[in-house]
Amino acid sequence: MNEFYTLTVNGRDHEIADAWLGENLLYVLRERLGLIAAKGACEQGECGSCSVMVEDRLVCSCLVLAASAVGTAILTVEGLAEPGAPTDVQQAFVDAGAVQCGFCTPGLIMATHHLLDRSAHPTEMEIREELSGNICRCTGYGRIIEAVQQVALARREAKS
Amino acid sequence: MTITETPATPLLPSPPTTADGLREGVIGTSPVRPDGIAKVQGSFEFSSDIFAEGALWGATLRSPHPHARILSVDLSGAWKINGVEAVITAEDVPGVLTYGLITHDQPVFARDIVRYVGEPVAAVAADHPETCRRALEAIVVTYEVLTPLLDAEAAIDGSSVPIHPDGNLIRHQRILCGDPEATGPVVVEGTYEIGMQDQAFLGLEAALAVPDSGGKGVELHVATQWLHEDRGQIAACLDLPVEQVRLVLGGVGGAFGAREDISLQVHCCLLALRLGKPVRMAYNRAESFLGHVHRHPARIWMRHHATAEGELVKIEARFVLDGGAYASTSSAVLINAVTHTQGPYRCPNAIVDGYAVRTNHLPCGAMRGFGVVQACFAHESQMDKLAQAAGLDPVEIRLINAMRTGDLLITGQPVESVAPVERCIRETAALAMPTEPIGGSDGDVMCLPGGAGRTADVSHIRRGVGWGVSIKNLMYSEGFDDYSTARCRMVNGVVTLKFATAEVGQGFVTIAAQIARTILGVDEVLLDRIDTGIGSAGSTSASRQTWMSGGAVDAACRQVRERFFEHVAAAYGLDPLRLGIDGTDVVDTMGDLRIPVTEAAVGVEFDETVEYRHRPTEDLDENGQGNCHVAFAFVAHRAVVDVDPDLGLVKVVQVATAQDVGRALNPLSVIGQIEGGIAQGLGLAVMEEIIQIDGRIRNASFTDYLLPTMLDMPPVLVALVEEPDPQAPLGAKGVGEPPCISVTPAVVAAIRDALRQVDGVGRDLHRVPVRPADIAL
Repeated sequence: MNEFYTLTVNGRDHEIADAWLGENLLYVLRERLGLIAAKGACEQGECGSCSVMVEDRLVCSCLVLAASAVGTAILTVEGLAEPGAPTDVQQAFVDAGAVQCGFCTPGLIMATHHLLDRSAHPTEMEIREELSGNICRCTGYGRIIEAVQQVALARREAKS
Repeated sequence: MTITETPATPLLPSPPTTADGLREGVIGTSPVRPDGIAKVQGSFEFSSDIFAEGALWGATLRSPHPHARILSVDLSGAWKINGVEAVITAEDVPGVLTYGLITHDQPVFARDIVRYVGEPVAAVAADHPETCRRALEAIVVTYEVLTPLLDAEAAIDGSSVPIHPDGNLIRHQRILCGDPEATGPVVVEGTYEIGMQDQAFLGLEAALAVPDSGGKGVELHVATQWLHEDRGQIAACLDLPVEQVRLVLGGVGGAFGAREDISLQVHCCLLALRLGKPVRMAYNRAESFLGHVHRHPARIWMRHHATAEGELVKIEARFVLDGGAYASTSSAVLINAVTHTQGPYRCPNAIVDGYAVRTNHLPCGAMRGFGVVQACFAHESQMDKLAQAAGLDPVEIRLINAMRTGDLLITGQPVESVAPVERCIRETAALAMPTEPIGGSDGDVMCLPGGAGRTADVSHIRRGVGWGVSIKNLMYSEGFDDYSTARCRMVNGVVTLKFATAEVGQGFVTIAAQIARTILGVDEVLLDRIDTGIGSAGSTSASRQTWMSGGAVDAACRQVRERFFEHVAAAYGLDPLRLGIDGTDVVDTMGDLRIPVTEAAVGVEFDETVEYRHRPTEDLDENGQGNCHVAFAFVAHRAVVDVDPDLGLVKVVQVATAQDVGRALNPLSVIGQIEGGIAQGLGLAVMEEIIQIDGRIRNASFTDYLLPTMLDMPPVLVALVEEPDPQAPLGAKGVGEPPCISVTPAVVAAIRDALRQVDGVGRDLHRVPVRPADIAL
C-alpha cells in the first residue's frame, strides 16, 4: 500500500509522497530526499556506514523502517555543518589521515560526535568499544583513533 | 584527442612551510586529501550516489547451483509485473558472449551451463529495486543439476571431466634452479592451507549507464580499478567501437583487487542501450560476495633444506591454487606465488611446481598481495620450523638468510631493487615491545581474549611473539606492456592534471598534486575528471600507481617545465639550462634572476601528455627461468598475541613493522596504507574466510564473514625504511601490498609461540584463518 508521510530531517520537514511503506530509512534518505551521506554497505546493521541520529539515539538507518520514524528528529551528516564549514570532528578526520576511500566516514563522523557529546574524556578502550560498530576496511583504524583523541583534547583545552 | 572539460577539483589553500622546512604540499609532506572535506561532509559522490533523471534500476538473476545445465528459461512471469521494462539473457548480447581479464572465458550470461553459485543468467530493469526483486523471483529457470568439481587435485590429475571448454587446468608452472640433488643436514617440511578471503570493500558494486541520445554509444559511471581495461571488455560484448563506450570513474569505496574484473558493467550497459534510458545497478552485500573474484584458497607443500648453521640450501615446493569457475587472473596469481617461494631469503637451489585450477567454486582473482600472501604464509611458517630445528631464534634465522641487492632469485633474476631486508628486520626488532601486562594494567576485560564475553582466566593466558618477513614484486610481470598516461597543462601559471588513474581511496589524487607542486613551483593544482578521455593509466593494483602514474605525472610536469624554462630563458636572454625552480620561484642558478612562477607564466600555455613505461620484463621459460618481474619491496612484521589456550581465543596485542618504502612521498598516506594492510592481514590470520560447502557460500554477509573492528586491531608501531630506489621515477616504491603479506604468518607464529609455552610442544597451526578449534582442540 502506498502512503504519504512526513519525515523531519536536519530540522526540515519532508513530505514522502507515494512511497512503498516497506522502504527503510536509508533508502528514503538517499533515494527520495537526495541525502547521500548515509551509505549502505551491509543492510543488516553490522557495518555502521548508514549511521544517523534518530532523536538522541545513534541508529543504523538500514534497520529503521522510514515510516516508523515519523514524528522524530532525524539528523544526518548533512545536518551537522554547512558545506565547506566542517565540524571539529570532520576537520580532524581529514587532518589526521582518518579518511581513505571515505565510504565508512559519514557513519564514523556520526558515531564520533555521539561519543564525544556524551564523554569528554574517552579512554582509548572506550573509543574502540564505542566505534567498534563502524567497520573501516581501508585505514586499520589507527588514524581514526588519533582523530578522535585530537578532538577530545582540543575540546578540553578550549574549555580550560 | 578530445579531453572532456569538466569542473576540476580545487585544492585547499596550504600554509607555506612545514616544521621541517619543506613547502607545504610538496613531495615529502602530508597535505590533506583534495577529496577529504567532501568525504567527511558526505557530499563526495560514490558510484552508488550517482543519480539520473528517469533512471531505472537493474538487477541480476544468478544461478543457485554450482554446476548445472540450463534446460529452459521462462521470462514471461517477469514481463507480467508492472514496472518491469526489460528482461535480458545471453540471447540479447550483441557482441562476444564472454569476457575476462586475461582470457575471455566467462559468459556475460550463462547460456547452456552454469559453473558456480551466483553465475549471472538474466537481468531485469524496472522502476524500483523491489520491483526488480519480484521480477527476478518470477523468472523460471529449469536446471539439470550436474556433479560439481570441488576437488582441486582432481582438476590436476585429469580424473575429472572438463567443466569448461578451456579445460580444468588453468596453468602449470615449474621452477628448476641449481642442483636438484642438493640437501643439507637440517630438513623441515609442512603442508599449509590458506582460506578464501574476501576483499570486503565497503562501497558495494554500483554503476549508472547513460545511453547516448539518438546514438549507439553509452557512458558508464562505475567504480573500477582500470577504466580502459573495462572499456575494452564492455565494448567487445556490446559490439561497439571503444570510442562509443566512455567510462567515468564513479567514487570508489575501496577495491583491494575486487574491482579489477568486470562485475555489473556489461549488464548495466546492455539494459541502458536496450531501453534508451539510464539504468542504475547496485549490488547488496550478499550479491557482492557472488559478484566479484576472491583471494585464491591454496594448498602449499614446502620442504626446506639448510646447513647446520641454518643457511638455506634448497627449497622444494608444490602449490595448488583453486581458481574457481573462471580464470580471471589465476595464471598471473600463480606466477606470483611460485616466484616468491623463497621469500626474502637467498636460496641457491629449488624445485617448485605450481598449479592453478578450475573448479565449481566461486571465481578467484586479484586481492591485495596477489599470490604472495599464500606463498608467504608457507615460507614464513617454514622459516620458523627451520629455526627450531637449527637451534636458532626466529630473528637469527631470518638475518642469516636475508636477501641483499644483487642476489639471484630462484628464477635466475637478479634483485636489482634496493633490498634492505636486514634493516627491515633490525628496525622492527628495535621497536618497543608492549609494556602492558596480559589483560592490561587496569584489568579491563576488553584487553583479554574473549573480551566482553568475560571468558578468560588471566592465569591461563599466554603471550606469544611471532615474526614474518616478505618480498613483493611491484607492477605487472611476464612481458606485459605496462604503462600509464598523464597530461599536464599550465595556463597562466595554473596547473591542471589529467589521468585515468583509478583513485580507490589510496590517495593518488593527493600525490599527483604534490608532484606537480614540486616540479613546477606552483601551489594551486587542479585535477581533471578521471575518465577514458585520456590514454590508459593501467590498473590501480600491483602496488603500481605511485610508481607508474606518479612517473607519468612527473614526466608530464617535467616536459611542461622545460617548455616554461625555454619561454623564460628567451625573455631574459638566458640559456634555459641555467634555470631551476626554487620554492615557488623560477631562478637563474648562475645569476640573480628570481621571479615567481605565477608571474613568469602569465599569458602562456603549455600542454604535454606523456606515457610512462617501466623497463620490459620477460616470460618465464619451461623451467621457470627469466627476468619476469620489474622491482621488489620488502617488509618485516612482529606480532604480539595473547592466547587463551582453553577456549582457543586470541587477542592481538601489538604489531610492529619496518617497511621498505623507497621514499615516503606522503608519510601520512604511507602510514595509512601500512595500518590498513595490516588489518587485512590480521583478518586473514584469525577471522576472515569465505566458507563454501558443496559449492555453496554459507557466509555471504557481514554478520557471518568477520572483519576486524576497532576492538580487534591492536596499536601498530611503524618504522619507514627510506632508501630511495634509483629505478623508481620518484625513488618511491609501491607501499600498498607489502603490509598485508607477512603480518599473517607473524600473527600465527605468535599464537604458536604462546601455545608452546603451555606444554612445551604447541600446535602446528598449518592453516589460516586460525580457528578456535585449531588452538583448543
